[in-house]
Formats: sequence, C-alpha cells, structure tokens
Amino acid sequence: MTTTLVRAARPLGAEPRDLLLRDGLVAEVAPPRTLTAPDGARTVEAEGLVALPGLVDLHTHLREPGREDAETVETGTRAAALGGFTAVHAMANTAPVADTAGVVEQVWRLGREAGWCDVRPVGAVTVGLEGQRLAELGAMADSAAGVRVFSDDGKCVFDAVLMRRALEYVKAFDGVVAQHAQEPRLTEGAQMNEGAVSGVLGLRGWPAVAEEAVIARDVLLAGHVGSRLHVCHLSTAGSVEIVRWAKARGVDVTAEVTPHHLLLTDELVRGYDPVYKVNPPLRTDDDVRALRAGVADGTIDVVATDHAPHPVEDKDCEWSAAAMGMTGLETALSVVVQALVEPGHLDWAGVARVMSQTPARIGRVASQGGALQVGEAANLVLVDPAARWTVDPAAMATKGRNSPFAGRELPARVVATFWEGHPTVLDGALHSPNTGPRPAEAGSTWTR
Amino acid sequence: MRHLLSTADLSHAEAVRVLDVAEQMAATQQREIKKLPTLRGRTVVNLFFEDSTRTRISFETAAKRLSADVITFSAKGSSVSKGESLKDTALTLQAMGADAVVIRHGSSGAPLRLARSGWTSGAVLNAGDGTHEHPTQALLDAFTLRRHLVGGGDAADRVGADLAGRHVVVVGDVLHSRVARSNVHLLHVLGARTTLVAPPTLLPIGVETWPCEVSYDLDAALAGDVQGPVDAVMALRVQLERMDAAYFPSAREYSRRYGIDAARLGLLPPHASLLHPGPMNRGLEITAEAADGARSRIVEQVTNGVAVRMAALYLLLAGEDA
Amino acid sequence: MAGARPGEVPPTTPAAHPRSATVLDAAEVSRALTRIAHEVLERNKGPRGLVLMGVPRRGTHLARRLAERIAQVEPAFDAEACTGSLDVTMHRDDLRRNPTRTPEPTRLPATGIDDATVVLVDDVLYSGRTVRAALDALSDLGRPRAVRLAVLVDRGHRELPIRADHVGKNLPTSTAERVFVHLAETDGEDAVLIEGPTGEPTEGPTEGEDR
Repeated sequence: MTTTLVRAARPLGAEPRDLLLRDGLVAEVAPPRTLTAPDGARTVEAEGLVALPGLVDLHTHLREPGREDAETVETGTRAAALGGFTAVHAMANTAPVADTAGVVEQVWRLGREAGWCDVRPVGAVTVGLEGQRLAELGAMADSAAGVRVFSDDGKCVFDAVLMRRALEYVKAFDGVVAQHAQEPRLTEGAQMNEGAVSGVLGLRGWPAVAEEAVIARDVLLAGHVGSRLHVCHLSTAGSVEIVRWAKARGVDVTAEVTPHHLLLTDELVRGYDPVYKVNPPLRTDDDVRALRAGVADGTIDVVATDHAPHPVEDKDCEWSAAAMGMTGLETALSVVVQALVEPGHLDWAGVARVMSQTPARIGRVASQGGALQVGEAANLVLVDPAARWTVDPAAMATKGRNSPFAGRELPARVVATFWEGHPTVLDGALHSPNTGPRPAEAGSTWTR
Repeated sequence: MRHLLSTADLSHAEAVRVLDVAEQMAATQQREIKKLPTLRGRTVVNLFFEDSTRTRISFETAAKRLSADVITFSAKGSSVSKGESLKDTALTLQAMGADAVVIRHGSSGAPLRLARSGWTSGAVLNAGDGTHEHPTQALLDAFTLRRHLVGGGDAADRVGADLAGRHVVVVGDVLHSRVARSNVHLLHVLGARTTLVAPPTLLPIGVETWPCEVSYDLDAALAGDVQGPVDAVMALRVQLERMDAAYFPSAREYSRRYGIDAARLGLLPPHASLLHPGPMNRGLEITAEAADGARSRIVEQVTNGVAVRMAALYLLLAGEDA
Repeated sequence: MAGARPGEVPPTTPAAHPRSATVLDAAEVSRALTRIAHEVLERNKGPRGLVLMGVPRRGTHLARRLAERIAQVEPAFDAEACTGSLDVTMHRDDLRRNPTRTPEPTRLPATGIDDATVVLVDDVLYSGRTVRAALDALSDLGRPRAVRLAVLVDRGHRELPIRADHVGKNLPTSTAERVFVHLAETDGEDAVLIEGPTGEPTEGPTEGEDR
C-alpha cells in the first residue's frame, strides 16, 4: 500500500497540519512541515489547500445495470473521485431494479472492481419500484453489499400502509427508508415547478404541495412507528418548515438537498432547454433561500447530488420529451462553496458535516465521514478554495453531458482525493484506481 | 424579426408593423390575381406534429400567395419517438434548404427549441406549441379587432394604429389555451385592456402576474363591471375531455356559467365584436345563434388569417437578414 | 432620389447635406411638371382614357400634381378619379439585398386601368428596376391599352432596357453621387438635390429608389 505525506493542508479549514497516510489509515497528524516523508513515500504539497474527509454521496444514479449508455459504475465512480467523493450510494432504479440481493451485490462488486470509491448500493423498497409489494429488504441488508439505505427514488412510496411497513421493517437491520416525496396524482404529466413561470410557458406544473404533503405524512408515520426516515432532495420552503417542525417534535428524520436546488431557479426554464429539467423541479428564489437557511440551521442534514446522467439524445429534444435529471458529482463541492460557504451559511467544518460525516452516518458507512484524526481510514479530499474554474461537460468523466452549470464559473476545485490512503485523484486529474486489499470492508456496521 | 415564436417577443413597433403589412396583404387578396411574386424561389416548410387543418391550410395559402414553394410535412403518427423526430426532421429540412419552418407541435417550447438548437438555419414560425403560444392567431385577432374598432373603415386610418384604450374579454379554458397566452401579451403591447374569464380550475397558477385582469363572473365582465365597457369578447375552445379531469362538472353547467349566447351578447355595447379562434364547440362555449349573429367576426378571422400569415412570412423572409 | 421608403434612412433636409447642390429649385420643379403634363396630353391626343399611377411615396404626389395640371388644361379630366398609386414592393427583385420594406397601399383609380393609357409616375429613374417591378405589378391589376413612364429626374445608369417617355430633367450623374427629390408634401419644400461622392456614407440604400 502507498504511503503519502500531505504537507501543510488545513484540516476542515483549520490551522495547517502535516498528515501522514499509511496502510490506508491516517497514521500521523502533526504541525506543518514537521513530518518527513518515509522512504518511497509520495509527498503532496498542500499549502493553502483545505483537507476534508472524503465526500459521501447519499444519492447517485450510476445507471448500471441496464443503462450503460447513460453511465456505468466505472464512469460514474471516476466522476465521483474527481468530485472528491470516496463513497457513493447507487440508487436502485436500474434495469433490472436493484430489488434483490443479486443485483445489489452485482453493483457492489462492480464498484470494488472499478476501484475509484466505495459504492454502496441502495435497495429498492418495493419490487420493481412498483409500489405494490415490499422487496426482500432483509436479504439485501444481509448481502455482501450490506445495504442500509432503501429507496424507490424516482418514484414515491405513496401507499401509506406500504410506507409504514417499510419504515418498521428496516429497523431490524438499522436501515433507513429514503423517500422520494411526490404525490403522484398532483404531478401527473408535470414538467416544471408550478408557479408564475409555468403559467407563462404553458408547461404542466409540479406543485410544491405535492412534495410537502408526502413529507408531512411520512414524518408523522415515522414518529408514530418510531423509525428513522430520510427525505430525499427537499426542494421547497414548505418542506424545510415541515422537517424543522418534525425535528422539533423529536421525529428521527434526516433531510437532503441537491446542489442544483441550492443555486438554480425555475426562471432558467424560460428557454425550454431540457438541461434544466429535473425532478423535483427547480423552484423559486424563495425556495432557494429557505433551503440554504435549512442547511445553515441544521434542518437539512446533507447535500446529496442526485447525479442523474442521461444520454445526449434524451436531452437534445423538446422539453416535454426530455428526461429529467442533471449530472452533479463533479460540480457538487464547488456549488456548495458558492451557495453555502461564500454567503456564510457554512464553514469548512460544516461542509465536512453535510457532505461527508452526516451522509456516512445516515448510510451507516463506518469507514467514512471521519474528522481526519489519527487512526481513521485515510479518506480525504484536498480542495483549493481559491481556484475558480469554468464548467465544461465535455471534459467531465461522467458520460452524462447534462450539467446545468455548463459554462458557469464556479469556485473551489478538488486537487486530490484519497480513498483508504490511495490517491484516486492527484493534481486535479484521475490518478489510479485502488485495487489493493481493503482495511475497511463494505457492509461493516456503524461503530463510531 | 428573425423568428416569430411568441407575441411576448414583439415590441409595439413590430406588432403594429405586422398589422400594417397585413393590411396591404389583405388588399392584394381582394384582387382578381391574388398571387404575388415576392417569395419566389424561397422554400417554406409546414411542419405539423399535430393535426390542425385550419392553421395548416392558412399558412399554406399564405406562402403560396407569395409564390414560395411549400412543403407540408405531417409528422403525426410517425413511428420515431417525438424527441428524435423533431431533431431529425429539422436536420432533414435543413438539408433540403428550408428558408422558413412553420411548426405546430404538441410540446410547449418546441419552436423555440428548434430556433435555438442550430438544427435549422431558417426562420421559425410558431404555428401553435402545446399550451404555450399561437402568435399568428393573436395577430389575426388583433388585426380583426383593429379593422372594426379603429378608424372609419378606411385602411389608411388604421395604418400605424394600435388598440389603445380598447377592452377585450377572453373567456374559456385559459389554462390550456395558447391563444389566450398570445393574446394577453399582444393586447397588452398594443395598449388594450384584457379581462380573462374562466372557472378558477381553468386559470393557471400565477395568472395574477399577467398583464390583465381576471374574473370568474362572465356576466359582470361583459356588463363592464370589471374593467369598464367591452369592445370585444373572445370565446376560447373548451375540450369536453376536461370534464373528465374534474375541471368543471358538466357541459351544461359550463355553458350556463361561461358560454356565449345571444342574451350575454346583449350585455355588450352595440359596436362590440365576437371572436373565436375555432374550431367551435357549438352548444358548449358558444351557441349557434351567437356564432352566426351580426356581431360575429369568426368567418372574417379566417380570411384575415391568410393576410396576417402572409405578412409574417414576408417580414421574416423578404429582408436582407433572411 | 427619392426619398426613403419606410425601412430606409429617411431623407434629410438640405442643411444636413452640406455637400449637396440644388439641381432644380421649387419653380423649376413646378415648370418641369407643367411641361410633362402638356407632353402627356399631347402624346395622348387629349385626356381620353388617361390614368396616372404614382409609385409611392413621392411618385404618388407627383402623379396627383400632374393630374391637377392636366385638369387645369382639360376641365373634363377628373383628376381625382383618374389618379392612383401603385406599390411595387412585393414585385421587387432586390428585397433580399435591403432591409425589409413595409409595403405602401396600392390604390386603383375609380375608372380602373383596363384599356386605359396608364402613365407611371416616379421621382427618379435610375437602374430601371422599380419600373420593371411596376410593370409586373400593373399586369396583375389589369390590362392597360398602353403604359407610359414619366419621371421628374432621369439620372442614367440603366440596368434594364427601359426608358422614360416624359422626363423633367436629365441629370448626368456618377453612381457614387446621390440624388434627393424633396416635395412639399413629404419634405416641406420642392427641390432636387445632388450630393457628391464625399458625402458621409449612410446605412442602406438612401440613393435613388430606382436602383
């Protein structure tokens, strides 16, 4: 295994430290320029760079199996590494759906073989995402993939009884149901946020209430059965209020927001460019402000990408025919810096919390989401906070070209990513996959 | 003008100019020889992804009266998926050298997408997109209104005039109406007041941000209680299928509350006109008596449609930018 | 030249053309029109079947003035009923070379043009293309017995085999020069001006309408 000396990085934005990464662990942390690199060790000069625990994405669409034209585990995890991620949760809406131990183990194995980051499959809540019968949640939990997060993402578990049973059932193996909150009848044929812009554009609206009503029901259900609930991609001010209320009542609920919902609004839809078509849809300025405030006060626990690559032909068409979704892995950290750090909602420790530590805790990923302390697995990302770069989808590792940030200048750039001590990214470019033995296996239980 | 996609893009001067050019076009259509050599050698493609015999024939006639070559492409029922067919069809048309594409599409924004995508270099005319806009319909409505409301019947009095101070009531399924959206923008640009009347279920969220007033009470609006005396009322087509989606309880209740009949027309000042974009559902949003009555300009709208579309094609294709 | 049609740069007052020289003043314009009126009558052997069609905008005013002069000589001639205007915009062959023009009205005289002797009236004869378009436009409106052409100024440089029957003034020019016709109805005074090649370039074809 490689040994690396990271010199004078600022852990979580604090005072500079030298970090020695050895045997996949953080071996030493010392004042800057006090450690010397052992023989054969790589030295990474990190003056001015911020060191964060490796980012953990709770919401990634890797598309494999089934839509390898859109993304594969290999290309998606390369994108993840470039974005500073050391773990991603691969959503279940593949073909076949990840609703059996066989499929989740296949995805997990593909992730290991690729070697760019930890791939944690998400299991479907219902068979085929059809909302009819529970999938074999326990089998997926017990599989080599050790699934802890279950979601029908893309579809809502709308049947209240089914949702209740799922919430209860996963308690047996410390799982969590991640709900895609969308009232189906209110959103039939929905194309964009329902509001002033949809009225003018003549596009069928996706009203905020369709999200909020389901979240309200689910937090009440979770409170009633004493289960933990995770709410995917909050997009409205009302959703933030409901989660805030539920937390105040002691409901064990966590919530996520995507980078794009923190920065973009439905005004962008006016040009009918499907790159801005996403589910849940881009909302209004008021919603963006409420979401940022929600992250700042802890109502929203994590930022997750909802990275959703699509082939060019699924976006190179008229709005209503286009697929929903945006890529996000390679822009997430920069967008968070622009939307949350620069306006003062979060400091770097806060970024570590919402993009690494809390998502790892929700997903029960024991080896991730640390604090760069001695003895932890050496998962870390070095970020240049002063860099600015212009987003070019064609230059990305993901197969998806559907980045809504194309052409934008964003702050902060990932310089290096270390996954279990191995540099997957160096000098802002992919280095090599980690194919060596693992000190920390997937499927291990939460120990922190 | 490079394209005609939305009346919201038109300035006051541009809108008046279309109407003025249409006046001259209309004059040529009174002659024995109606054909003009203006667009000889230019190719206009009618690209209709949705059935609309009326609009298609109107554009076809307009282009032919200007001596353009007209190719009509009806993509409805095509086996390719919708997205592929728009792009691939556009590329085909580009390869064939289309100077203008007249597009009718079920997806809101498809003409704008076509104009901005680089799939075609020709001018794009929106002939109705989803529930977004139908700019030439609004222009022919404004043209018809100007003919009846401005000047003493001499075209020279109307040239350069707008609809300042006029009041138009638009009643019907505003939510799903591209005609309503285009009219609200255009009437506003031309200085007219608009009152939209519909059951609350058939008004879009956010309609309060539009440059018009909104009422649920047709009789009050027609009697002038909303924005003063009414110069014209425009009835929109209402599709019966809306009933199944609970937008209104029954055809009978709809026509009682929002249908145009002779009694309601009696609430209007003597000079006021009745318009309908067609095709009409007689007995639902309009009675036969009203549609065929003296105030009705519905047949004239069809005639004026050709002149307005000639004007649009001329303005997009004749200049040095074309 | 004539002045600008809509969409072109409008003609400016002489003051704005410091390098322009007056070719015809108001009295000379008036005399030229009177002479043309007499020539028209003489050529037609009286006012019978005579119709004047002006090409907008200044040709229309010139046609009306000619008709009034004819009526002064021949009281039986109904100036109002025998005058019209003929817009040629839709028949031009140079539409794509210029900014889009807004067509002007075409008004047929009350007497119609079938079997009439139509005198086309324009301000400046230059390339002949406007007259070509006018002949096409005319043939769509009816079948005159004969068509004649009257212009206030012939500045030469014909590109088509067209000549005027009645000319107010033959004005040798270079193509780099520009000719402006001002009329009281449109410009507040009657004058024909010529501007040298050093004149500031202007956008679009401000030069003789008849290119």
